Amino acid sequence: MIIASNVSKQFGKLKALDNVSVTCNKGECIALIGPNGSGKTTLIKSILGMVVPDSGFITFNGNNILHNWQYRNQIGYMPQIGRYPENMTIGDVLDMMKDIRGHKGALDEELIQSFGLDTLMKKRMRTLSGGTRQKVSASLAFLFDPQVLILDEPTAGLDPVSSEILKEKIILQKKLGKLVLVTSHVLSELDGLVTQIIYMQEGQLQFHKSIEDLRADTGEEKLSKAIASVMLKAQV
Amino acid sequence: MKKIIKYVMTDILRNRIVLVYTVFLLVTSFSVFSLEDNNSKGLLSLLNIILLIVPLVSIIFSTIYVYNSAEFIELLVSQPLKRKAIWLSLFTGLTGSLSIAFFIGAGIPVIIYQANAIGFMMIGVGILLSVIFVAVAMLAAVQTRDKAKGIGVAILLWLYFSILFDGLVLFLLFQFADYPMEKAMIGISTLNPIDLSRILILLHMDVSAMMGYTGAIFKDFFGTGTGITISFGVLLLWGIVPVWLATRKFNRKDL
Repeated sequence: MIIASNVSKQFGKLKALDNVSVTCNKGECIALIGPNGSGKTTLIKSILGMVVPDSGFITFNGNNILHNWQYRNQIGYMPQIGRYPENMTIGDVLDMMKDIRGHKGALDEELIQSFGLDTLMKKRMRTLSGGTRQKVSASLAFLFDPQVLILDEPTAGLDPVSSEILKEKIILQKKLGKLVLVTSHVLSELDGLVTQIIYMQEGQLQFHKSIEDLRADTGEEKLSKAIASVMLKAQV
Repeated sequence: MKKIIKYVMTDILRNRIVLVYTVFLLVTSFSVFSLEDNNSKGLLSLLNIILLIVPLVSIIFSTIYVYNSAEFIELLVSQPLKRKAIWLSLFTGLTGSLSIAFFIGAGIPVIIYQANAIGFMMIGVGILLSVIFVAVAMLAAVQTRDKAKGIGVAILLWLYFSILFDGLVLFLLFQFADYPMEKAMIGISTLNPIDLSRILILLHMDVSAMMGYTGAIFKDFFGTGTGITISFGVLLLWGIVPVWLATRKFNRKDL
């Protein structure tokens, strides 16, 4: 569904992405893992067209995304740090997004209810806590029932109850045959959620494996231990 | 695109600055016209105020507004929208609200006191200046990532167009006083939209008779229909070129 070929991006001297090629298909739940500054967010932003790669290209359903914008109709994006116009209320933001998207099908407002945002509709964005902002971001990502979900650190800043709600929602979407891309540092949260792992380091793609292969290769059952053993091996 | 313009406009109107700007222009215009016994003298005083205030407010307000909408822009870019549409909507929203503010604040008093060709030309020039300086501000804002630096650049640009440029022209005139500079001055004046607007309007007023030989040459050019058309064309270019450059830059910008 999403294919990136030899994508490179440089910010000044820093190589954020170095010849990265990945293929993501429907029905998969892919975890993007790597240390801070390994290029995970840059890769996600490149897929969204927010960052323009220096070389290489990305296709979405077979179409190059460069100069293309309609494809974003099928993506729900939850940013790492959700930034919204400060003067708008939660209701305003949701209404504006509905208005701009002009979505025809049914809206998926389940998360708004389960996060309890419907009682906060009149609150201005600048008064919200980090966690509530994350809830707004998550609700927006799922609102238009997109085919692809891109979630950048979705559970950071969420309380345990909310992050459990979000996880349930992600599993449900995966079962519906959607593509889910998640980055997270909390590896234990990804257990039972993801089917594939993309591991990045210093802008380079280290490996892209299914979770079964990774378990077989490392002999570890838990994802966090498996990744730790991979990281140790890389150092030796 | 219409939808984004709508959101930008409501956001700007919620911001009180534009309202204050409108009221300020209204108060100044009415007081200038009622202070002078002769309406065309009043227009001259108003011209000087407008040539200073309109570019200043347009460029500073737009630069700050673009930086403050960084979140809004980021949010929109991740949505199925063309980048060009986002940027141009921002431009249209800014020029629209600032032009309306100018029209209400200065245009209506001018129509009441001086509803003739010069009056309408001044309204046109004022609106064009609003557009031009919004365009320049957007170019300055897209070029620099840092907010403080961007606003600094905007202030410097205003200083350059309002004050420094005149100093440079005077310096040139004195240096080359022995040569016939009159025709070249027409060319130089197109390099600054504020100067161009000032000359364009001054030459259609009675005071132009006091401007000597240079004034006569200017009148030869700016007084004619082609001169006016060319000047307005140059002013339009001053609006279009910065927006075009800024849009190109924004299309490739990493957010």
